[in-house]
Amino acid sequence: MAAAVRRFFDSDLWWSFTRSPVTVVSAIVAAICILGAVFAPLIAPHNPFDLASLNLSDAFKPPSWEEDGAREYLLGTDDQGRDVLSAIMYGARVSLLVGLSATIFATLLGVTLGLLAGYVGGALDSLLMRICDIQLTFPSILVALLVDGVVRAVLPRESHDQIALFVVIFAIGISEWPKFARTVRGSTLVERNKEYVQAARVIGVKRARIMVSHVLPNVIGPVLVVATLNLGLAILSEATLSFLGVGVPPTQPSLGTLIRIGNDFLFSGEWWITIFPGLALIAMVLSVNLLGDWLRDALNPKLR
Amino acid sequence: MRKLLMAAALAAGLGAGMAEARTVRWAASGDPNTMDPHSQNLGTVTMVLQQIYDTLISRTQDLGLAPGLATRWEQVEPNRWRFWLRDGVKFHEGQAFGADDVVFSITRAQAPTSNYGIFVDTIERAVAVEPMVVDVITRVPDPILPNKVASLFIMSRAWSEANNATRPQNTRAREEMHTVRATNGTGAFRLQTREPDVRTVLARNADWWGWSEPSSREANVTEIVYRPISSDATRIAALLSGEVDFVLDPPLQDLNRLRQAQNIRVLEGPEVRTIFLAMDLHRDRLLYSDVTDRNPLKDLRVRQALYHAIDIQAIHRTTMRGQSVVTGTFFPPQVNGYTQSEDVRLPYDQARARALLTEAGYPNGFGITLDCPNNRYINDEQICQAIVAMWARIGVRAQLNAMPLNLFFPKIQRDDSSIYLLGWGVPTLDALYSFQSLLRSRDGGQGNGIWNYGRYSNPRMDELINVMVTQSGEPRNAAIREALRIYREDVPHIPLHHQMIPWAMRSNVQIPHMANNQPYFRWARMN
Amino acid sequence: MFAFIISRIMQALPVLLSVALISFAMFAYVGDPVAIMLGQDYTQAQRDALVAELGLDQPFWVQFGVFLGNAAQGEFGLSYRLSRPVADLIAERAPATLELAFTAAALALLVGVPMGVYTGLYRNSWLSRFFLTFSLIGVSLPTFLIGILLILVFAVWLGWLPSFGRGDTVALGWWSTGFLTWSGIKALVLPAITLGLFQLTLIMRLVRAEMLEVLRTDYIKFARARGLPNRAVHFGHALKNTLVPVITIVGLQLGAIIAFAIVTETVFQWPGMGLLFIQSVGAADVPIMGAYLLLISLVFVTINLIVDLLYYAVDPRLRIGRGKGGH
Repeated sequence: MAAAVRRFFDSDLWWSFTRSPVTVVSAIVAAICILGAVFAPLIAPHNPFDLASLNLSDAFKPPSWEEDGAREYLLGTDDQGRDVLSAIMYGARVSLLVGLSATIFATLLGVTLGLLAGYVGGALDSLLMRICDIQLTFPSILVALLVDGVVRAVLPRESHDQIALFVVIFAIGISEWPKFARTVRGSTLVERNKEYVQAARVIGVKRARIMVSHVLPNVIGPVLVVATLNLGLAILSEATLSFLGVGVPPTQPSLGTLIRIGNDFLFSGEWWITIFPGLALIAMVLSVNLLGDWLRDALNPKLR
Repeated sequence: MRKLLMAAALAAGLGAGMAEARTVRWAASGDPNTMDPHSQNLGTVTMVLQQIYDTLISRTQDLGLAPGLATRWEQVEPNRWRFWLRDGVKFHEGQAFGADDVVFSITRAQAPTSNYGIFVDTIERAVAVEPMVVDVITRVPDPILPNKVASLFIMSRAWSEANNATRPQNTRAREEMHTVRATNGTGAFRLQTREPDVRTVLARNADWWGWSEPSSREANVTEIVYRPISSDATRIAALLSGEVDFVLDPPLQDLNRLRQAQNIRVLEGPEVRTIFLAMDLHRDRLLYSDVTDRNPLKDLRVRQALYHAIDIQAIHRTTMRGQSVVTGTFFPPQVNGYTQSEDVRLPYDQARARALLTEAGYPNGFGITLDCPNNRYINDEQICQAIVAMWARIGVRAQLNAMPLNLFFPKIQRDDSSIYLLGWGVPTLDALYSFQSLLRSRDGGQGNGIWNYGRYSNPRMDELINVMVTQSGEPRNAAIREALRIYREDVPHIPLHHQMIPWAMRSNVQIPHMANNQPYFRWARMN
Repeated sequence: MFAFIISRIMQALPVLLSVALISFAMFAYVGDPVAIMLGQDYTQAQRDALVAELGLDQPFWVQFGVFLGNAAQGEFGLSYRLSRPVADLIAERAPATLELAFTAAALALLVGVPMGVYTGLYRNSWLSRFFLTFSLIGVSLPTFLIGILLILVFAVWLGWLPSFGRGDTVALGWWSTGFLTWSGIKALVLPAITLGLFQLTLIMRLVRAEMLEVLRTDYIKFARARGLPNRAVHFGHALKNTLVPVITIVGLQLGAIIAFAIVTETVFQWPGMGLLFIQSVGAADVPIMGAYLLLISLVFVTINLIVDLLYYAVDPRLRIGRGKGGH
């Protein structure tokens, strides 16, 4: 373990990381976002989901540094008396949860199908790649909207809130798997013809085993890059869906939902209800995107 | 459609040539879902239709009665009202107006698909006694009939028959008919373009009989362009930047800013509309609740508990920003029959609420779904959110199901709700209208309980309402008072507040503020 | 060539069919249309009559066939919410969306290509760095937030541009255009920027990457060695070679623009198909949702087909080894 850690700090990757201040900053910002979101229940000053704790007379408090601000509410409160900071932390949690789950879902699906397509080839390959082609022409947000719309229409309205989260994850995930499948298939085609794979095949190692233990480790790098870049996109898709009012239910507001609700108060002077969640969303997505960009360049020596 | 657009383009071209063209660009959050005059008795629909259609009796600026298509009316017998009609009136498409049209319109409003039954509930039939005289025969003496017909739009019989629209559009069955998007009234404005959800253009009807009336002599609006803008922020941005001249429903949170803005005027006033929660008091098991063996809302103590749990002052102060009148009853003081001593709320008292719930057998509360419109009343969804949070504090786990009005109304009209937020306006300005629609047992009688979707039923209440229908003077007033007391004791609703309705406009727009929240552009002036 | 087209159309058909199946399933099984139509009081006989009249007693495939036949004629029934034929509603709103999408695409191209060329040629100038940072922010900012901020600045604070709607339109036959009036053009600015920004940054980055790639090639080095002036090299040789992939991407991105128009239209209350769709989702107006879904699929399949054909025409290699290697 210690050796692995040492090896990491000696690696090119770490070197290139420390050489890029932008990357370091975005890593720190991303870490803050993620930690704040993950540990929200422990560190958030209030629990915005606990309806019984809301007090309407605390509504519309500006940030604490403003004249009427209350110390208790650092970034102010919204129209129902919810603490904006806590709402952002819990909201980021929902956004991250959806973004990560959707990305993991898309990765698993895409990697599996990509491996199969690349390694098995033949009719399966061309079928899967046709599906990829077609789906890639549909922007992911539209696919997500349609999946979401269909599921909503099919299921009774009363069950929406319980399953809405899964619907959104599924909708975003299903809209993004082709990118992974394409990447993995390309790398698999290359790896498949390498000598060590040929050798493994000759000595009778099973196909599935070759795929998982020989081919997979070698395609994981590009997948990581795509996944990081995709995470930012998935978070944005969720925010967009929630902004349109078809994402996660308002009882569990994500950053997108918070922005939508706050938007009504933007012009009336209560700017903090929408601006802070907006900034949090931008910080999160921008830092993830910058990290993804750096990772892509770092893993791709040609661009250096 | 093509024809409509071309007509619009043509009209726009003509309008530009006229020296006195005054267009008022008007915005509100919702769009009327039909142009049929008898299909949907909703403020969003009537706000457009009342510009186009006249009524026999019209309203004055303080909601009194004034001659409309009828110049004179009289209760000639206890069960017979006589209306003398105005001569020389023509419909927008040229048909001459006469007694036949009045008879037809009343009959049409009585059809099962009509949503205007409450205005014609006592009417047995209408007969044309002379070409310009109509008698309305009522089953019982109806002293407030003029108040009711003041809400009843008059259509042309010939036009309706020619266009296959002799009965109102059935909104539940989703049918298309001519009246969904075409109109033919006698009113001050005629419909020029109708693009649902996008814009509705009305043009001044130069032939309208009323332009010479004193109240309209100064009016100079030649064109009304109505656009629904659902987003609060966008609607206000549009007003501030001068893209619209008149906003019927400015968001309360923006009022302060609007008052300070140059060139913007805010008119404030009370509305004859009360917001309350109504609930399923009929079913043995609620449709949307985790209590499966009984209906908790049938227990008075539960209703009282839900009532006690609401901190109405906080809603008044914060959610409504002071723009509401807190109430313990279900119609405001402008309405005949209002009784101050019965306008008393159950106090906000969480301990009492919890105790009542425990007494009723729900020490840990229960779960229920609160249905709520999100674009109908002022801050409707926010009110519901606040109530859900308040109930959470006494252990009632309410799930909020907020939806646009075009989903909300069909849903509650199917009796498909356990508890819902409703706002009730009183166009007749008489208590009977509210009692009969909201609290009368639904027995099939015209107008009885047509908005009583919780199916509240109390025989004594029904008797009192019958008294209100047939009697006048002190016996009637006594009946109203007793019914109000029963309302307070029975808690068929949880009353919240009467709405205040600020209107916002560019300062060059002059229009009288109306307590029925209807802008009458026939009285408007653009400087 | 002909065989190729046929094979592509054959591949597109299953997509359209499956989308049609989904929308049909929505029509047929969402809610109970019969119960909704009958209201509360009805007899079994009335119900049976209505079921027969609507053809709901037919086998699934027969009903689906009827649905397909109707759809092919643009017949999608009545909107639940507006009680008007869905086809009319969509046709009324299509011009608004298409004009917005077209303007946004034009904007993205006209601004994105020069920016890309510049950043490709002068990799290290501060302006290039600024453009690149800006483009990253453009990618990270959600469309709706951009729209809201633009409204705040240009409509409310500065009061220069309208914040909603299309302004005045002129009817040209059935097409209503906002291009011919001043207010229509003004109304177009903010939504077009909002919608085009993402594509703009995408195009800029793409052109830059292609430029860098091309500038490295022997072909350019040779051109330089011949002593051709910089301008001729950059624009005559380099840019020309980058344009093919750019144009294809823009073609494919037209779809994305139409999709993101949903968001832009919501923010700006732009009366297009996207706003109609979102309002229908909110109101569970299944006929409109289904029709929009089918229509959009058709548009995408068509765009995809055209792009494929262009590829085929431009790049002779594709005529032999299609399907080999990822792009």
